[in-house]
Amino acid sequence: MIIETLIGFTFVAALVTFLVPDEVANRVGAALSLVPLVGTLWMWTQFDGSGNALTGGTLAFETQFDLLTLSGYQVQWFTGLDGISLPLVVLTAFLTTLAIVSAWTPIDTRQSQFYGLMLFMEANLLGMFTALDFFVWFVFWEATLLPMYFLIGVWGGPRRKYAAIKFFVYTNVASLLMFVGFVALTFGGLGDSIDTLALPEVAMALNAGGNVSSFMGLAPDTLKLAAFLAMFVGFAVKVPVAPLHTWLPDAHVEAPTPASVMLAGVLLKMGTYAMLRFNFTMLPDVASDLAILIAALGAFSVIYGAILALAQEDLKRIVAYSSVSSMGYVLLGLIAFTEFGVAGATFQMIAHGLISGLMFMAVGVIYNTTHTRMVGDMSGLADRMPVTVGILIAGAFGYMGLPLMAGFAGEYFIFVGSFHSTVIPSAPLFTAAAMFGIVIVAGYLLLAMQRTLFGPFSLDADYEVGPAPFHDVAPLAVLLLAVIALGVAPDLFLDMIQNAIAPLVGGGA
Amino acid sequence: MVTAPPLTPTFLLGLTALAVLLYDSVWPDSSDASVLTGISVVGSLASLGTAGWFLTADTGLAAEGISLYADAVVVDGMSLFFTALFAAVTILVSLAAYDYFGGGNRGELYGLMLLATTGMSLMASANSLATAFVALELVSLPSYAMVAFLKDDRGSSEAGLKYFLIGALSSAIFVFGVSLIYGATGSLLLPDVAAAFESGLGDRTGIAGVGVLMVAGGFLFKTAAVPFHFWAPEAYEGAPAPVSAYLSSASKAAGFALAFRVFVVGFPIGAATGAGIDWALLFQILAVATMVLGNFAAATQEKVKRMLAYSSIGHAGYVLIGLAAISAEATTNGDVMGAAMAHLLVYGFMNTGAFLFVALAENWGVGRRFEDYNGLGAEKPFAAVAMTAFLFSLAGVPPLGGFFSKLFLFAGAVEAGLWWLVVIAVINSSLSLYYYSRVVRAMWFEEGEHDLAGAPTALYAALAIALVGTVLLLPGFGPVIETAQEAATALFA
Repeated sequence: MIIETLIGFTFVAALVTFLVPDEVANRVGAALSLVPLVGTLWMWTQFDGSGNALTGGTLAFETQFDLLTLSGYQVQWFTGLDGISLPLVVLTAFLTTLAIVSAWTPIDTRQSQFYGLMLFMEANLLGMFTALDFFVWFVFWEATLLPMYFLIGVWGGPRRKYAAIKFFVYTNVASLLMFVGFVALTFGGLGDSIDTLALPEVAMALNAGGNVSSFMGLAPDTLKLAAFLAMFVGFAVKVPVAPLHTWLPDAHVEAPTPASVMLAGVLLKMGTYAMLRFNFTMLPDVASDLAILIAALGAFSVIYGAILALAQEDLKRIVAYSSVSSMGYVLLGLIAFTEFGVAGATFQMIAHGLISGLMFMAVGVIYNTTHTRMVGDMSGLADRMPVTVGILIAGAFGYMGLPLMAGFAGEYFIFVGSFHSTVIPSAPLFTAAAMFGIVIVAGYLLLAMQRTLFGPFSLDADYEVGPAPFHDVAPLAVLLLAVIALGVAPDLFLDMIQNAIAPLVGGGA
Repeated sequence: MVTAPPLTPTFLLGLTALAVLLYDSVWPDSSDASVLTGISVVGSLASLGTAGWFLTADTGLAAEGISLYADAVVVDGMSLFFTALFAAVTILVSLAAYDYFGGGNRGELYGLMLLATTGMSLMASANSLATAFVALELVSLPSYAMVAFLKDDRGSSEAGLKYFLIGALSSAIFVFGVSLIYGATGSLLLPDVAAAFESGLGDRTGIAGVGVLMVAGGFLFKTAAVPFHFWAPEAYEGAPAPVSAYLSSASKAAGFALAFRVFVVGFPIGAATGAGIDWALLFQILAVATMVLGNFAAATQEKVKRMLAYSSIGHAGYVLIGLAAISAEATTNGDVMGAAMAHLLVYGFMNTGAFLFVALAENWGVGRRFEDYNGLGAEKPFAAVAMTAFLFSLAGVPPLGGFFSKLFLFAGAVEAGLWWLVVIAVINSSLSLYYYSRVVRAMWFEEGEHDLAGAPTALYAALAIALVGTVLLLPGFGPVIETAQEAATALFA
């Protein structure tokens, strides 16, 4: 019941924060967000699951009971954690608290609503990563959209309305597509061979083979392919995989910094998490058949995102596009179907969540002080705000994959895994192409930093530019420590991840 | 042992109406309406409680049903379910009317509304076409007066007149249809009509067919479905907002309650289709026409209340699926009709809530257009949050009650093989997100200046209750859908 308690508490916390006066909402929100954080950390220490949640592994903190019946299928409240979802749950709670603290400076209107929405989003994210029944999962999945829509639309930049609507329409249409794909596969294809829509039962029925019958004139294999594509496209929008990424730069640039942190840090991972759970666990055969396409999309996202980042003048846009690039690695690692590849991809979700959160937050702190994010507008910031700049540089090196930082571990495993993959045809070729992305990443990050951070200070401003306040820098420092800790000791998460993905892989060393 | 009469929920509503009228005639000049509101709310609450108790307690009513008054009236799961729905909406509207009609004489309004609710409850119980007609008129006549209740307001009077003219016409059509059915089958009692259908109508099939069509016309008027929807945008827009809420939620549901029983019990689909009277096909066509017209018209509106009026037509289209998906062979008839009933219940909360927010806006003196709602989120967060929840629920966005009821409805239609209908419904439902979110955008994203005086307590309470209903119907949807599907399945037995 610990999961339900935490989700329920976070919903109540959101309501409470929504109702308190604006003056104290920042403190109240941060304090209340510590409870789910402590709760998830406690779950981490007590974690006793093994194997994969969808292939009959032992779940930690499992709860299961019937809710209602839909067209002969039992809808259940079914939650639990395995080695894939636990790290993401911890990441969610961790980033939410830090993002709330980082909002203290930039958010100066309607604070109680802002922090209430952040907590509301956290509650839904926790539900989404722990739910193992399709309907419960889907409700949480969709419910994360609403707070983000408002966070962008109310507190965003000048083009916030456009960005919010674009975000909402893209992700909502994607969800509809995914929903149709999954429902066709289960209601139509599996029919009576399952009696709930619990994800483990669906996954095991699909993997047992021979259960899928033809539907709407589609032969079983065609149906599986169609469902796979519908779900893949639906999730790819969320990841986002180029060329479905166009909502992302708009959303990121317009979103207030704390929302960007959550968007890049956790919401993008929803896409890859769901791909891993649905596409790659339920329909591995179809994934293998499409491996060359998916690997190409992954490599393309890496390179294309990096090149786009290279062309940007806005620091936030640079970080936003580099997210497209980094999530491309995750896709490549997942499709490798090797132990290193999938485990590395899952680890990279966490690593990228922390590092991109760090980068967005650091850029936000700089913006709080300088009121500009344009590379050409400023130089020599290292003089004025040494601590922030120091952490930003460290984060950027983490992005480039500096050893002993979390990004290195994730990317290294992905490259090893995809290099040896027998599922991807000419795997070394795709791996090499994706590795080239690192060079571009280093290029644009170093270039942007050199122009903004070093040299003599200059900024056309009539206001004081000085060190950021403590509560701006503290979350940055905490994030940096987490990035280094995971880089030095990847086993904090990697062991349980490897344990959970072991049943899925079989595509090479 | 004392046994309560099975019609207790209906009696309670009627007695409450009389109590309100009595109080109002003894103290006609009382300017404080809290007693009236209190009587109205407590009476409706008692009716709601009794209906809920009869449904859930081991009375056998939900499963078996009981016929009364020479079979003219039947009390079963469906009638109790709908009575609970009507009583719930009446509570919400009574609370809202307290603040909305500040200073005016509300005794008449409460009396009329409770009489109409009594009629609705009777509509859900009607087992004879004669009872059906009397109940229908008991709903209609007070409704006309309620729409025109703001005597000095030209919009209100005009709306009342339009509503009355179309209502009188469709009542005439309905009663003509009833007479034709009587001519063809020799009875007004639904089971006897059904028996006549089963045993073959011979050369009276044509008369019966025209009769069925005309009876359908009467329902389509009450539910504001194409082609009898013309009155709805005018009446909903011109009427005082709480009355619009009442009409678009409770009155619509009452029309469906009667339609479900008359068509399923009176004109059994197997026999009717065998005779060439395929009313399921009729409702399929009308469902598509209604939802498409309602949604596309809603998307082009400039005023919030008018948009809600058209969206209400669109929702009638969704609920019609509950009749359209019925077929003689299917075993899922009860499921899909139960889903339609559940959707009406959820709709009773979310749509009433949305109209009550409009009432609140009118009370504040905010204008009627989308732009006039700019910035309300910053100024009145609670009310705006409630409205946002209602609108997203109406659109069927997952975290709210409207998602599950639409899902069950569409799933039922898919099971009945109506894929094409569901595709059209899903497209419409996606489109609806566009126009609902216009209000959300105006309230939260835009900046606006208003001079808003206070937070009327009773209206806020009504909003809060509707909000709790809309949100709780997501986790609490299980018992609702089970009750509804059990009640609907019993009709087909």
